[in-house]
Amino acid sequence: MADAEVIPIGTGGRPGRGTGSARPSAASRILAPARKPATRRTRPEEPTPPADDVRPPITTEDRAPTAGITPGEWLAAFRTGAVEVFGDDWEPQLARLLAFLRRRLTGEYAVDEYGFDPEVAEKLLLASLRPIAARWFRIEATGLDNLPAEGGALVVSNHSGTLPVDGLMTMVTVHEHTGRFLRPLGADLVFRMPLVSSLARKGGATLACAEDAERMLSGGELVGVWPEGFKGIGKPFAERYKLQRFGRGGFVASALRTGVPIIPLAVVGAEEIYPLVGNVPALARLLGVPYVPITPLFPWLGPLGLVPLPSKWLMEFGEPVRTDEYDARAADDPMLVFDVTDQVRETIQQSLYSLLMRRSSVWR
Amino acid sequence: MDATKKVVLVTGVSRDLGRRFARRLAADPGVDRVVGVDAVPPRDDIGDVTFVRADIRNPVIAKVIAKEDVDTVVHMSVIATPGSAGGRGTMKELNVIGTMQLLAACQRSESVEHLVVKSTSTVYGASSRDPAMFTEEMGPRREPSSGYAKDVAEIEGYVRGFARRRPDVRVTTLRLANVLGPHVTSPISSYFRLPVIPTVLGFDPRMQFVHETDLMRVLTHCVHADVPGTFNVAGEGVMLLSQAVRRLRKPSVPLVRPAVAGVAAALKSARMADFSPEQLGFLTFGRGIDTTRMRAELGFEPAYTTEHAFADFAAGAGHDVSPVERLVEGLVASLPDAGAVHG
Repeated sequence: MADAEVIPIGTGGRPGRGTGSARPSAASRILAPARKPATRRTRPEEPTPPADDVRPPITTEDRAPTAGITPGEWLAAFRTGAVEVFGDDWEPQLARLLAFLRRRLTGEYAVDEYGFDPEVAEKLLLASLRPIAARWFRIEATGLDNLPAEGGALVVSNHSGTLPVDGLMTMVTVHEHTGRFLRPLGADLVFRMPLVSSLARKGGATLACAEDAERMLSGGELVGVWPEGFKGIGKPFAERYKLQRFGRGGFVASALRTGVPIIPLAVVGAEEIYPLVGNVPALARLLGVPYVPITPLFPWLGPLGLVPLPSKWLMEFGEPVRTDEYDARAADDPMLVFDVTDQVRETIQQSLYSLLMRRSSVWR
Repeated sequence: MDATKKVVLVTGVSRDLGRRFARRLAADPGVDRVVGVDAVPPRDDIGDVTFVRADIRNPVIAKVIAKEDVDTVVHMSVIATPGSAGGRGTMKELNVIGTMQLLAACQRSESVEHLVVKSTSTVYGASSRDPAMFTEEMGPRREPSSGYAKDVAEIEGYVRGFARRRPDVRVTTLRLANVLGPHVTSPISSYFRLPVIPTVLGFDPRMQFVHETDLMRVLTHCVHADVPGTFNVAGEGVMLLSQAVRRLRKPSVPLVRPAVAGVAAALKSARMADFSPEQLGFLTFGRGIDTTRMRAELGFEPAYTTEHAFADFAAGAGHDVSPVERLVEGLVASLPDAGAVHG
């Protein structure tokens, strides 16, 4: 170690490699710019270190780029960074993040029989939508006490806004205030579309059919349904806040069969996010979708037209309509089903009117 | 005691699962004799099973049933892929005509008391309009037009017809989810054994699996139990394809659906995997079957859940731990130490 010699760096300006003392090969010499042959055999003017600053012998440890930084310094830097990112309780936070990452990488997480992935729903889907609900639409919700803390219940809402943003915002609101996941029932189009289909199932949705609705409700889930369907979500802007026909009342029959309460929900604000002023039926038929929307911003501004207008949203969860006092045969009595459907629809329409009165303008 | 002892006829013993089930049944003390039938002899040891080389597509099978005094018939020779049979035409004939001949023979027989049919959950199809979980009363949302799914639908139709004509014979139909295990060769197992797994872009199908030992157990259970009817059989729980791929630690390539069909055709001609149209539908939309009736009425509880069945399969077919995973593992392991330094 002690007698390790200092290896000069470079070739002293001559082509080729080596210590600078050996004569380079003919091939390398012709590559170099022509210069006068050296008359004096001196060492090239190399910045030789001053005698009082002799570098220590080079060891293999020093060759790593991180040589000068001690592990302690690394840890301190890491800790500062972690505190910066995760706050003071960085350690459990980081452990949770890593554990999450490990679970996602190895697939060691569970989904329920509908394909619902609570982790993805809560940590990615709802977490990314929460700021939109709070800051962009400034959602104000009332009547949240009407949602049961446990057990099955059917939330029935009006549907509007060209894209089902109201469904997502209802999920966010319900989860934020009750901690429960609202399980939406979606049209089969949702499950036919790539990306949307896998996200919908991971987010907790399932197909809007009697079998799935009853299975979820008897399993004690909080189920959300938008019975107006495409008629509601794709209605022209001029018809805003006019409830469309409530399907065939299948949702009431399912609630009657499982004996769960129906909670009417009125959402004001979603109508204005993408004002639907036109439709391209030919293109819609070609794409196999119910409508191709034209809004004041879409498709004129391209992807920018997909930014929803920042309308002010109000939500009102109404008094639950109890169905447990009817007997099991009630679901097979069409007249009763129609009556309950009308009652729910009327309730939602009335609260829509009162919410609209409360809102001072579309934007605030 | 001799009167209660059973003589069981098992069809489809040339294939691995059939052969192993027949062997297992032959070792069962409650079973007197097992007669294995197939058009080609099994390649491996069949133990105490009496092998009769007979094609179930012709009436010889009736003579076998009469001669051996068979009281229980286990029909396992419904095949899923044309590859093993030598063409779609042969496959359809083996499946449909074979079942018809077998049922005709059973109907004539004085001795047959019990028929067990191994069917599949493919009979429910796979589409975007499917309910989350199929119960036994439900049918496919779209009638299958060709292939295995259509064969199975027809076979079940003939079995129902037989059950009507011979109400004295107990008929048990089992609709099994995908069978997986270290020894299973099936379309889904060869799919998961591919080095790179093609998936349908934007879809993450739900899947259920049955472990091969549970298949043996449920068939044995049905031979002894006195429960007629149709039952879904699947391990508990549901898995997504993305989860399955990650647990295998294999790379996957998401492709648009027509491209997956193209890859499937290429793999089929290269004999690497046997894709069928109904499998492509399954890989797009997935399927779930409800097993309440299996537990409540059939009284059968699978030993393996869907996850465990897959884990047992993945132990043989999966890859080693990936570098990224090792990095995360290392970080998780090192975290308490990092904390200890700073109190």
